[in-house]
Amino acid sequence: MRAKRGSTWVRALRTPVGATGAALLVVVFLLAALAPVLWSAQASAVDTSQILRGSSSAHRLGTDSLGRDILYRLLVGTRLSVTLALGATAIGVGAGLVLGTTPMWLGARLGRIVGAAVNIAVAFPGLLLALFFAAVFGIGATGAVLAIGFAIAPGFARLTQTLVARVAGLDYIAAARIAGVGRGRVLIRHVLPNIGEPLVVNATIVAGNALLALAGLSFLGLGVQAPAYDWGRLLAESLNSIYINPSAAFATGLAVVVAGLAFNLFGEAVARGLGLRTPSAAVVSDRGRRTPRAPAPARADGAPDREPALLAVEGLCVSFPGPRGATTPVRDVGLSMRRGASVGIVGESGSGKSLTALAIAGLIEEPGRVDADRLEFLGADLRGDRVRAHRHLLGTSFAMVFQDPLASFNPTMRVGRQLAEVAEEHLGLRRAPAWARAVDRLRAVRLPGAERRARQFPHELSGGMRQRAMIGMGLMGTPALIVADEPTTALDVTVQRQVLRLLESIRATEHVAILLISHDITVVSHVCERVLVMYAGRVVEDLPTVDLPRCRHPYTRALLAAVPDLATDRSRPLTVIPGRPIDPSEYPVGCAFAPRCPLADEHCRHVDPALVADGHGRRVACWHADATPAERVGDPN
Amino acid sequence: MSELRFSGVTVRFGTRTRGLTAVDGVDLTVASGSVVGLVGESGSGKSTLARAAVGLTPMVSGRILLDGRPVRAPWRAGPHRVQMVFQDPYSSLDPRMTVGASIAEAIPRAIVRNGVTRRSEVARLLGLVDLDPDRADQYPAELSGGQRQRVAIARALAARPDVLIADEVTSALDVSVQGTVLNVVRDLRHRIRLSMLFISHNLAVVRYVSDVIAVMYLGRIVEVGPADDVLLDPQHPYTRELLAAAPRPGATPLGPPPGDPALRRVADAEPADPHHPREGCRFHPRCPVGPLVRPERGVCREREPATAEHRHRAACHFALPASHEDSHAPSDEGGSGAPTPAH
Repeated sequence: MRAKRGSTWVRALRTPVGATGAALLVVVFLLAALAPVLWSAQASAVDTSQILRGSSSAHRLGTDSLGRDILYRLLVGTRLSVTLALGATAIGVGAGLVLGTTPMWLGARLGRIVGAAVNIAVAFPGLLLALFFAAVFGIGATGAVLAIGFAIAPGFARLTQTLVARVAGLDYIAAARIAGVGRGRVLIRHVLPNIGEPLVVNATIVAGNALLALAGLSFLGLGVQAPAYDWGRLLAESLNSIYINPSAAFATGLAVVVAGLAFNLFGEAVARGLGLRTPSAAVVSDRGRRTPRAPAPARADGAPDREPALLAVEGLCVSFPGPRGATTPVRDVGLSMRRGASVGIVGESGSGKSLTALAIAGLIEEPGRVDADRLEFLGADLRGDRVRAHRHLLGTSFAMVFQDPLASFNPTMRVGRQLAEVAEEHLGLRRAPAWARAVDRLRAVRLPGAERRARQFPHELSGGMRQRAMIGMGLMGTPALIVADEPTTALDVTVQRQVLRLLESIRATEHVAILLISHDITVVSHVCERVLVMYAGRVVEDLPTVDLPRCRHPYTRALLAAVPDLATDRSRPLTVIPGRPIDPSEYPVGCAFAPRCPLADEHCRHVDPALVADGHGRRVACWHADATPAERVGDPN
Repeated sequence: MSELRFSGVTVRFGTRTRGLTAVDGVDLTVASGSVVGLVGESGSGKSTLARAAVGLTPMVSGRILLDGRPVRAPWRAGPHRVQMVFQDPYSSLDPRMTVGASIAEAIPRAIVRNGVTRRSEVARLLGLVDLDPDRADQYPAELSGGQRQRVAIARALAARPDVLIADEVTSALDVSVQGTVLNVVRDLRHRIRLSMLFISHNLAVVRYVSDVIAVMYLGRIVEVGPADDVLLDPQHPYTRELLAAAPRPGATPLGPPPGDPALRRVADAEPADPHHPREGCRFHPRCPVGPLVRPERGVCREREPATAEHRHRAACHFALPASHEDSHAPSDEGGSGAPTPAH
């Protein structure tokens, strides 16, 4: 964790912007530390013979009204400029943190009042606020620092407030509160570390702005007073003689700009570094690399199909480029479906089941790539770019239902309108008949009050209703296949039953095939005639639902036993699958399930079993599929 | 060994005119050493009830008593005897703290003063939830969902609570690791005799761990009783509906939709909107034995059912009278679920 955070900063510094910012910042700080030690004598040496001279070999930037060397004064002035800027930043950040975290330590009500005050202060222009404070605190360096500091505070407080509000709503804060951890400790241990990075980045940028603002105040004569001098004062003095000695004013201005830029660039680079998730360079370098694939297994479904397959998939692979080479979360998946069939795919999260569905629908986006030996829907080849040519076919004959129906609808359009659009686009219907069909389809999915609901917006419908409307949208054409990806996971059990029943009755009445994807093997077994079990991107078992009690893969057995039902023996512990699902980037040579399998032996760990048919319409990929129940270690039954 | 008692707990959100009563006069008792399972759909107010019990959500009226005394609010010093485990183990652990530090933070000072080192206490707690003590130095990101959830349970146990509230602790987990968490919950009951309020929308999960089952619908407890009684002899039609939807081996709960159009309408009805509670019985728009199917049952539209006189305190006009119940469950004066050991 810490190493990862450290590397973010390092990565930020490797970018050109970050490197420039950091280098400039180092120079500025070195000057601030060393210049007064080395050159303060030269900078204050008065030479009345050399008053207001232009640039010469002795005085590169000329001299001022007392004959002092401007270059040395500029270098020595760095310390005061930077110190004042850092001081103002410290005051601003400190005050901002205190104000921004008030809801945490004063409670919600007082926090709201402070928040309102901060919001009003944010509305004032910063410079106006600084001038106001400068007048209040009096003219001089201290006044200027306080003024800029307090001018910074509201903006910083607002940022802190927002970040704190985001973190304070998380459960770990609530858990700490319940455990009796005090407000102060919650703030220091839980809140601040989790919002620290954006605050630090912002403080860097704020410091740059403070430097500029302080130079401005000194320039106006409101800041540093003689005999002390900072860049703002130097600029004001050299501006008087700009016609005699333009280089002095120019160099001083440049110093202010460069130092300000150093802070800002550094902050920008780090901010961008924190936002980086996947380095785009790695994506480019991996593109086009073909992933090695296992040879496609012989297709054997038992009885040969007379009827042509509605959907035929063979050797389907989905791969994504990653920072450490391409990963293949879906490996060599094959399935075939006939009209009116119902097939379920089950697996844990990360097993590749949803990606399989997306690949069939042609919805895998760049940089992901789909390879298949065969990917046919109603006889049309959907591989590669050909999917575009079959858009019309997909639009009318293929429907997809997603887990979150709210995200699949356009929130600004009425439900009926969105359904009607499908009919206008793909069936060429005019507006009125399309609307009529939309209402009819909503009635077909038994949406109560279909006509009224069609005129409502998606957020006005409950989760179950939206899911039905989504299915209704799939029925706008004459679909031959509905792919439902976790359609009931977000729904309550009673509503889940309604939606599953609806899918089942559509299948029965309209002869539509259904491919149902779920993590819950019981859901799949309620609806589907056939179940495909996926693990680590592969199909490990494929069997008719009625044969589930006699399943042969240890993973399928464990999945069945892991879910308690109303007949589970309460006096015995539930069967668990030890370990955790395997990450697509670390697939082993042998069987991917071997590390979690009670039957695994040396052979399993070295040779990946192929998916073989048993002649009864079942396929299984396991070296120990024929082990008798007595040999099955850890079998719950 | 302590009893958590909710009496007349009401929680409202929002303003008087546009508000929503999330929990509406709930009476429920978690008896000493028992596990009460609370089931209901989303929006039924079960999580709000849990948050009220640990003081995260203020009540409008009613009291939550632990052994007769009000539950201590968060931020107050002293032992916090009611602890809670949250639904999402990905947001309930501070990503910047090691697992051990998160647990150690919740250990009361009094325990450390008695010569127990924080480190050994953390190891003991990790052992209670079947995790290796070496995990203490890992960050949450290095753990799977099931392991994180067990760490969250260990942290809740660190405060040595008398009552543990588990709010949908398995619903964010993959089915394959759900079992590890349920086994830990079940073990804890036997090992440290903790009183527990176990909240879930899944009746089969609740059945596996609970002695008493309470069913919540739109802010009200509509049925409560010993687990086996409620499951074998449900009195409220909503409980029956939940039972029908729960997985059970062999039998498919997905029968064909009912032939009777009235029944079918009821079966397709949407969950009620808590912003606009219905007059009379709040379940009547979805009830398969209510006024939409049997027109003569007008009483359901007009009067809210009383609970006291029915078996399992079922909030249904047509539940069996309580007199039948005498042989089943011991009646305490609140009538609330006294535990009967389920085995």
